[in-house]
Amino acid sequence: MNKQEYLSRLEQALSGLPREELQERLAFYKESIDDRMEEGLSEDAAIAQLGSVEDVAAQILAETSFSALVRERIRPRGRMPVWEILLLVLGFPLWFPLLVTAFVLLLSVFILLWSLILCLWAVEFSLIVSAVGALITGVLSLSRGEPSNALLMMGAGLMLAGLSVFLFFGCKAASKGAVALTKKLTLWIKSLFLRKESKS
Amino acid sequence: MDIQLKRGLLDVCVLAAIRNEDSYGYRIIKDMKPYLEMSESTLYTILKRLEAASLLTVRSAEHDGRLRKYYHITAAGIRRLEDFKEDWKEILAIYQFVTREERHE
Repeated sequence: MNKQEYLSRLEQALSGLPREELQERLAFYKESIDDRMEEGLSEDAAIAQLGSVEDVAAQILAETSFSALVRERIRPRGRMPVWEILLLVLGFPLWFPLLVTAFVLLLSVFILLWSLILCLWAVEFSLIVSAVGALITGVLSLSRGEPSNALLMMGAGLMLAGLSVFLFFGCKAASKGAVALTKKLTLWIKSLFLRKESKS
Repeated sequence: MDIQLKRGLLDVCVLAAIRNEDSYGYRIIKDMKPYLEMSESTLYTILKRLEAASLLTVRSAEHDGRLRKYYHITAAGIRRLEDFKEDWKEILAIYQFVTREERHE
């Protein structure tokens, strides 16, 4: 792949970006390739150092705000034909609920994901509280001269404490996974805007 | 590392790379390479941020028949570097305190 190919593929991959920013970014990469070649690198090696088009595009996309993408998407390109405006107006009862549904669906995916995490942490919290409660009851029973009761309570308390330690690591891992998944989903939604863009 | 902290550090690194003389994208990356690796897209974002904060200015100049963008540090940018050095003296003092506590235990 030569420089021109690389840049035009990058341009295509990022076509949903605001035009000014896109041009500026492309110029930045072009300059970087030129400078590397001036230093004696071959064209292929210079391009390889920048990373694959997919990686670079994904990174740039992650850095671009949602609002910038949406603003670029809805920016009118030239005049709309009359029939298109008519269709848009007449179709409002149809496309508006669909749009809202899509939005709500996506939102519920995020909420579902994070409520699962919240549940896990709630269980962890209740385990800790029960463990502390059982241990305290155990000590109190001992001071009241009920050794069998005390033994039972302390045993239960220790078991609960052990469980909570295990679950704590589980909770942490699950939270980390949820963060990663949220990032991936966000990137995926952003890329939807881009793909539609390059087809039109 | 904490994201806010890392972001601040990267900003300062880029400012330091253009402190002594104006520099351009690839050279900034090359100069920083022994200390930290930075991708083109990260650098671009940082340069934009610093320009918006008036810590540096940009000019295009012709080089070898093509245009190249040079970045120039402003007085505010130099002040930011000085502030950073002052801040880190304090942080270093705290670091020494923290590690000394560890040795005692």
